[in-house]
Amino acid sequence: MTSVGVTVNGRKYREDVEPRLLLSDFLRHTLGLTGTHVGCEHGVCGACTIRLDGGAVRSCLLLAVQADGCTIETVEGLAANGELHPLQEAFREHHALQCGFCTSGILMAAADLLEREGTPTRDELVDMLSGHLCRCTGYESIVDAIAEVAGTS
Amino acid sequence: MKPVPFTYVRAESVEQAVDTLRTHGGEAKLLAGGQSLLPALNMRLARPTVLVDLNRIPGLDRIAEENGGIGIGALVRQSAAERAQLIRASCPLLAESLPLVGHFATRNRGTIGGSIAHADAAAELPLALVALSGSVITTVRTIPAADFFVGHFTTALADDELVVATMWPRARPGESSALEEFAPRHGDFALASAACVLRVENGAVAEARLAVGSVTDRPELLDVEPLLGRAVDDDSVRSLGASAAAAVDPPPNLHGSPRYRRALLGSLVERAVRTAWARATETSP
Repeated sequence: MTSVGVTVNGRKYREDVEPRLLLSDFLRHTLGLTGTHVGCEHGVCGACTIRLDGGAVRSCLLLAVQADGCTIETVEGLAANGELHPLQEAFREHHALQCGFCTSGILMAAADLLEREGTPTRDELVDMLSGHLCRCTGYESIVDAIAEVAGTS
Repeated sequence: MKPVPFTYVRAESVEQAVDTLRTHGGEAKLLAGGQSLLPALNMRLARPTVLVDLNRIPGLDRIAEENGGIGIGALVRQSAAERAQLIRASCPLLAESLPLVGHFATRNRGTIGGSIAHADAAAELPLALVALSGSVITTVRTIPAADFFVGHFTTALADDELVVATMWPRARPGESSALEEFAPRHGDFALASAACVLRVENGAVAEARLAVGSVTDRPELLDVEPLLGRAVDDDSVRSLGASAAAAVDPPPNLHGSPRYRRALLGSLVERAVRTAWARATETSP
């Protein structure tokens, strides 16, 4: 077992884990933060996307031990003081989710993209979403929601 | 789908990583960005007994101008390279390749050195490095890109040797380039890919390099003799596309038969050459 210390959504945790434990399973099973979803476990579906020191990453493609000392944000940390994050508001407004399985990963990737790129073009949004499989919405409403927050015309 | 148990070693230096490789022989595996290794671990296609995490080794995340080119530390994340002004300005073929590697979130973690050392036959960065005649700097030597890639997932690296940087030649005056690929969805493995570098002098092609990937088990340079000493025109482009398609023998996969992939390669070669020429001469293709 290896000791791992992380800050998740502003709260500090320290746990002993097996080196082979995936960060996605650490978040869900060890910390009980089940807002991060697990789909394919090989980096294709995007459901497990979280932010590690600010950058959107696949939590199924990281070992929990690799996150030692890092700051993590998950979908549970998006809303602040009971207020939905603007992306969450826009997703509700535009009906950008149905079953919601892909949503937390998309929100975390979009939050990183918007902070980093400012106002991405619609093509850049579509490009980013190629890394997130949604089987309900047909994507248009998701693009609309993120575009509204980004100020993309 | 979870990895088999292994011993985790967080290397603090290149020397420690090499020592660990020596101690464990072929049983140890290096972990850089992990965007290809972790899927292999999760699916238990890879079952190393020791995993050597390189991510905390200091000094391998630099991008710097060096003699004749851009030196990129092995641990530079693909997304950091994508945003680097130096790469956009000096190495346009690499800049064009980076957004095609995986997805937004995998590029935040995936490294340049990892992609090169992994040597997937369908990967963009090995293709670009071969097309540019770049090189790979390891713990013991410098290996020209064309000699580094031996086959699908196979390189010239010894068991106790690791990639510390890659060297990307700077685009020279009159030089232009283009990389074309086709994948069913953005970020998927390409069914065929081609990269072309041209140096144009007085309206004629003075130098040319054409590398193809995905359809071969490593990036391969093809004969470009028909392009040299003249302007690129429909005839030369079409004959080059046809000869490229005839030169390869891709296996079938889920998305395309060998015949389809050969035809696809021919079109992509044509497109890459036309685009590179258009960029060199600033006229429409």
